[in-house]
Amino acid sequence: MPRLAVWKFASCDGCQLTFLDCEDELLSVAARVEIAYFLEASSAPGPGPYDLSLVEGSITTPEDLERIRHVRRVSKRLVTIGACATAGGIQALRDFADVREFAAVVYARPDYIATLDRSTPIAAHVPVDFELRGCPPDKHQLLEVISAFLAGRRPVVPAHSVCVECKARGNACVMVAHGTPCLGPVTQAGCGALCPAFNRGCYGCFGPMESPNHASLNHWMRELGMSTPELVRIYRTYHATAEPFRRAAEEAQGFEEGAG
Amino acid sequence: MTHKTVRIGALTRVEGEGALVVHARDGRIAGLELRIYEPPRFFEAMLRGRGHTEPPDITARVCGICPVAYQMSACQAIEAACGAEVTGPLRDLRLLLYYGEWIESHALHVYLLHAPDFLGYDSGVAMAADHRDLVERGLELKKAGNELVTAIGGRPIHPVNVRVGGFYRAPSRRELAPAAERLRRARDHALATVAWVAGFDFPDVEHDYRFLALRHPSEYAILSGAVGTGDGRAEPAGFAVADWSDHVIEEQVPHSTALHARLDGETGYLTGPLARYALNSARLSPLAREAAAAAGLGPVCRNPYRAIVVRAVEIVHACDEALRLIDGYAEPERPCVPVEPRPGVGHGASEAPRGTLYHRYRLDDGGLVAEADIVPPTAQNQARIEADLRDLLGPRLTLPEDELAALCEKAIRNHDPCISCSAHFLDLRVDHG
Repeated sequence: MPRLAVWKFASCDGCQLTFLDCEDELLSVAARVEIAYFLEASSAPGPGPYDLSLVEGSITTPEDLERIRHVRRVSKRLVTIGACATAGGIQALRDFADVREFAAVVYARPDYIATLDRSTPIAAHVPVDFELRGCPPDKHQLLEVISAFLAGRRPVVPAHSVCVECKARGNACVMVAHGTPCLGPVTQAGCGALCPAFNRGCYGCFGPMESPNHASLNHWMRELGMSTPELVRIYRTYHATAEPFRRAAEEAQGFEEGAG
Repeated sequence: MTHKTVRIGALTRVEGEGALVVHARDGRIAGLELRIYEPPRFFEAMLRGRGHTEPPDITARVCGICPVAYQMSACQAIEAACGAEVTGPLRDLRLLLYYGEWIESHALHVYLLHAPDFLGYDSGVAMAADHRDLVERGLELKKAGNELVTAIGGRPIHPVNVRVGGFYRAPSRRELAPAAERLRRARDHALATVAWVAGFDFPDVEHDYRFLALRHPSEYAILSGAVGTGDGRAEPAGFAVADWSDHVIEEQVPHSTALHARLDGETGYLTGPLARYALNSARLSPLAREAAAAAGLGPVCRNPYRAIVVRAVEIVHACDEALRLIDGYAEPERPCVPVEPRPGVGHGASEAPRGTLYHRYRLDDGGLVAEADIVPPTAQNQARIEADLRDLLGPRLTLPEDELAALCEKAIRNHDPCISCSAHFLDLRVDHG
């Protein structure tokens, strides 16, 4: 039976929990794979090698730099799940600040804290076979990824924008209908256009789509009344260091400087 | 001199990462450290400079297991800072959402993380090989909670529909109907769960806990209330959430692995199901009270191993109250009340499944967050968990180390520690000599 491992780095546990949230499928998945290593769910971690490793969380400590190399060595296939493992996550906001100052704000004795000054995705350190998006990932996509790797094929996950899902779902466009700023046009699909279905703009928790036109979106966001700091903040949240969102925020800032 | 060190390399079936190191000399405990190596994520620092509407979504990312708790404490703290209040059907919707999280989080802990300890399995999946019907019942219960959160919040992990002031869109009665249908079945499952776990073989242990939990005049407090403290014998003392920092002080102890919260100068109090039950059991729904009585729980439970029974009773209460709220639900006229930012400080506290979660924000003149403070339940329970472990290990140090390690894991798991929530936990190197 193929052997599955689930690993956690800096994160909220939500991506692993997505697996346990597959209430209808969990026992049938467990019948087809040996869940060999999954600390959140089992007290009996089994040794590697593993056929498929699911990795949650970003790299933020010197120890984790070593541990991810170990995980790669013992894994035939390595798939990252979620925004932290795929783009550094919310904790990558430290990349735009001084991490020592951050530590001093939170801890009375920051000298006890061993931490890196950047929060980096797994692919920055080891080869990754597939990256599953989302903060958290969609559970149907997670099941698709697991079954695809077990069957030896590529997972079928769309690379288009949330807008396509919005149209498919029959949502009214929140930007057009209500003037609500929305990252949907530059964000990868996968959630089922959840936020627009609840009358709010997408906040980009699945990260940038394949070829986003953020220059155009920034123009429309400003037309809707967004200030430069608001525009910078909306890109710098859950995928702040993903390249297209990083550029979009920098361009928004540059616009201000150019105008000034 | 005999020297012995018990190590649990990585705690399992808990949320997040931690380890325990015990130093023993001459048959006595010389040092005991519940060691947390969850990397720090600096939420309180990252929140500075964000808009007043942003903390609910951002702090949800502290914990994937109880994001609603973070959203609720954050919303209420910011609303307090801005002088807004959410009442009536919008408050009911918040409670409903929160009940959903309680059901799924408690069901996860009871069935997949905790029950295997009592039945002798390494995991819920392993338990399913012999007790498939039980695990399926647990998963169905968990699903009922997740469906309720999904109906109101959009998805179970990091719901998208919560905003400062209420919701982006209020669900229709029709949208809540399928969740209600499932909840009716879940309530029966919850009652069966209480009867099932009440029959487990519990170690005969009682601790003289000092409890801390929210208290509300008419509700088994979850969403709001004043802070109550006491030992479960005398009438509880209390203080307003806004006075939290006058009573609860977190200290970084140089030779300890975590911040220790002190309550009115004393260390080692307990928050979570045992505390809520001890201070509020009279306000459980009648059905939940009956279930508790039938399970042999008195008005106070001081046996940490029986926390699983209290959790099961709380699932009954959550299902029961959620159904009552759905039955009486009328779609509100507006999905939220306006919350205009203004400079000031706001406090918010609510009962996460594992205990009181306190948030404080200071907003500046521009309506941006100038300071944030988050006190999660696990950080508060840290010192008390260590005290439980000292009591457990003291007379048993001669047992083989693997047995000790297994005993400690079980004792820690009683408290359902959510280590990823521990925004404050340290990554401290320990010198083992």
